[in-house]
Amino acid sequence: MIEEPFSTGNSIIHCLDPRVKIIVVTLFSVIVAVSSRFLSLLPALGISLFLVVMAKLPIKRVFYRLLLVNGLILFLWFVLPFTYNGQELFAIGPFIATKEGILLASQITIKSNAILLSMIALLSTTPIFSLGHAMGQLYFPDKITHLFLFTFRYIHVIYKEYRRLINAMKMRGFVPRTNIHTYKSYAYLVGMLLVRSYDRAERIHKAMRCRGFNKKYHSLTQFSFKMEDIFCLSLMLALISGLAVLQWVVTT
Amino acid sequence: MGRNNLIINLTDLSFSYSADKPVLDNLSFHLHRGDRIGLVGPNGSGKTTLFHIILGLLKPCSGTVELFGRQAKQEKDFREARKRIGLLFQDPDDQLFSPTVLEDVAFGPLNLGKSTGEAKDIALNTLARLNLYGFADRITYKLSGGEKRLVSLATVLAMDPEVLLLDEPTNGLDEETEERITDILRKLELSYIFISHNFDFLSKTTDRIYAMSKGKISPDEAMAPHSHVHIHKSGTIPHKHIS
Repeated sequence: MIEEPFSTGNSIIHCLDPRVKIIVVTLFSVIVAVSSRFLSLLPALGISLFLVVMAKLPIKRVFYRLLLVNGLILFLWFVLPFTYNGQELFAIGPFIATKEGILLASQITIKSNAILLSMIALLSTTPIFSLGHAMGQLYFPDKITHLFLFTFRYIHVIYKEYRRLINAMKMRGFVPRTNIHTYKSYAYLVGMLLVRSYDRAERIHKAMRCRGFNKKYHSLTQFSFKMEDIFCLSLMLALISGLAVLQWVVTT
Repeated sequence: MGRNNLIINLTDLSFSYSADKPVLDNLSFHLHRGDRIGLVGPNGSGKTTLFHIILGLLKPCSGTVELFGRQAKQEKDFREARKRIGLLFQDPDDQLFSPTVLEDVAFGPLNLGKSTGEAKDIALNTLARLNLYGFADRITYKLSGGEKRLVSLATVLAMDPEVLLLDEPTNGLDEETEERITDILRKLELSYIFISHNFDFLSKTTDRIYAMSKGKISPDEAMAPHSHVHIHKSGTIPHKHIS
């Protein structure tokens, strides 16, 4: 099951309007992703750390989530410094590490962690369904919003179906091994899941049509801006603009 | 019964998924206002297919569907009819797709053009009618099997239909939930067709039971549920009969 352990809470961040969170995360990620100066990247990391602290999330679980991404980044550190052309810094046998390579690797590390932390602080503190409705109200295309909501709703059903099939296989003595029989059985399993999901999608669509669905998804949820929302939005927009200034305007 | 009371009028319907095996074979069938009909038949005899054709989810190969005195051919015709005929699907997971129970029950009314406030009221009232207090904010995929069935019934009833088509409503329910559904359905003053393999349930909720076989429904073979009185010694002592 997919759980949303961070989505419940009562910190300031949890109470923010999901629309504010989506806007802030989008702008923040874009600015950080295109920044190339430590002068703006380091404050960005600071801002996202601050957001995580404000959201009062369990530090240990946040750390585990970061670990996943930084595992990938570790590989960059093995490769980038030794393959990038530039000024030699040190050498391990035939491999020469360059200053530019190391700087680039550090930039990527800071960028990914800053973006990821801001998403953990802002997006994972919102229930997925609220995010979907907020997307709808921010005039995201209907198709994307529906896709997002339905994917989340039916991943549970598909997962249960998968468990059922796996259990049925186990009950009949299936033990995965490295042989053709195993690969074939897994292929059948995946194929069966695809076919069943397709059938289910058709049935759901039929059920929705029976209840008068006409390509427009109405929602009961109505968001309203509170004073806190306006304050946080202005503050974050100011900070993000600050990052942009540090990146493009300030001369060193 | 007069023609005005004819709600569903199916004439000479034929349907097949593959050419060699027809599912419906020149089937004709009527439902009048106030009719409470049970439909039995072996698996794969086309009962669900029939429901889906009535609501325009499947197109018949030949034959006509007349709903509320008007022939229904286009999606547009069926769209109107779907507001008045409620269909309960076999699998509640097909029906419940919204995050919370309240939103799912309000989905139909919102589609009918009700305002958010009205839809919410309708949804809450319908839940109360089915004794589903405190369910509004429950998460749909975390409900138990029986709860899912009751909630999906609520989603259909929230649209205030004149006719109900229920596809195996008691399938996989425990006795208590089955009784609860039976009670709810008996109190409804609607016309309906129930597909079920459960004779006990049908005898409590319907007036007539039709059997479907070989793609046809034969009205001559209609069964009327009834009970018999029997007599034996010590009959006044409460007892049970086994087998």
